Amino acid sequence: MTAVPLASAQAVPRHLAGGRHAARSERGPAPKRIVVGYGFWIFLLSDIVMFSAFFASYAVLVGETAGGPTGTQLFDLRSAGIETACLLASSFTCGLASIAAGARDRSWFSIAMAVTCLFGLAFLALELKEFISLIARGAGPSRSAFLSAFFTLVGCHGLHVSAGILWLLTMMAQVFAKGFRADIERRILCFALFWHALDIIWVALFTVVYLMVAGR
Amino acid sequence: MSVEDHDSFAILDTAPGETSTGEKGVGRAVLGYLVGLGLAILLTATSFYIAGTDLVWTPSIPVALVVLAIAQMGVHLVFFLHITTGTDNTNNVMALAFGVLIVALLIGGSLWIMANLNHNMMPMDQIMQMQR
Repeated sequence: MTAVPLASAQAVPRHLAGGRHAARSERGPAPKRIVVGYGFWIFLLSDIVMFSAFFASYAVLVGETAGGPTGTQLFDLRSAGIETACLLASSFTCGLASIAAGARDRSWFSIAMAVTCLFGLAFLALELKEFISLIARGAGPSRSAFLSAFFTLVGCHGLHVSAGILWLLTMMAQVFAKGFRADIERRILCFALFWHALDIIWVALFTVVYLMVAGR
Repeated sequence: MSVEDHDSFAILDTAPGETSTGEKGVGRAVLGYLVGLGLAILLTATSFYIAGTDLVWTPSIPVALVVLAIAQMGVHLVFFLHITTGTDNTNNVMALAFGVLIVALLIGGSLWIMANLNHNMMPMDQIMQMQR
């Protein structure tokens, strides 16, 4: 008599039988979305640790101008302000894109992602213009330790933004071709995390590199 | 069946960056991002204004800038990355805390050691004289 319910209980996998009130250890593995998001979060934190090394080297080397131009003479706060506005706006529209993805709305997703892409490209164009004008004025990365650290830090962030834009276009193409499949949705989640994390790094960057120097 | 299972787990754990459009609706989610954007604009505008002004005591400006930047990073984490202190977010917050610890050690340690070395080092012209 007792053999029948026992057999049926064994047939159900343990983590499905546990349900909401089971102990955490009895629940089985978390859904893939949470595992993937958490893993990507760990990657982002390691990326931030790498950036902190560049920030530390910049902070140490900021005075070592080797007789060359200082940050106060070189940096244009207005341009940095516009770059900040572009990145902040793109972060907001990226959030709108993830909401649209959650609501399974293809057209709004495409619009929000396209606007995000345009703001990102505007940011990159401004940064490139600044780099070119610095090098033209003889303040390239080989001029002094300060400028080496500046180009490494800001250029590394710019490379991340470029990679982010490539990823953004890939996600638009994948949603266009395959729709909101579960694996595509996980990629959109990771992309949004990446883009917002880049904005956080930029907050530290414009404060330490541009604003701190302007005050001197 | 599978949808119910997913929901029961979703209450217990949250992926970082997850926007819960399901229960609250799109309007609430957009409002959350709008609040985050507003706060971020306010903090950014304040730090850009403070950097160029002499309204406040000048030596306090770097400290004010650092405080504003940390506040803005907090705003970004809560409103854009959805890292909160809720019970379903413990793993994300613990990972963040570890990251912040490493970042603080790396930056603080580098600045401290290099300032100390700088302080103890002989001026450059004296080193050049000794090498002759």
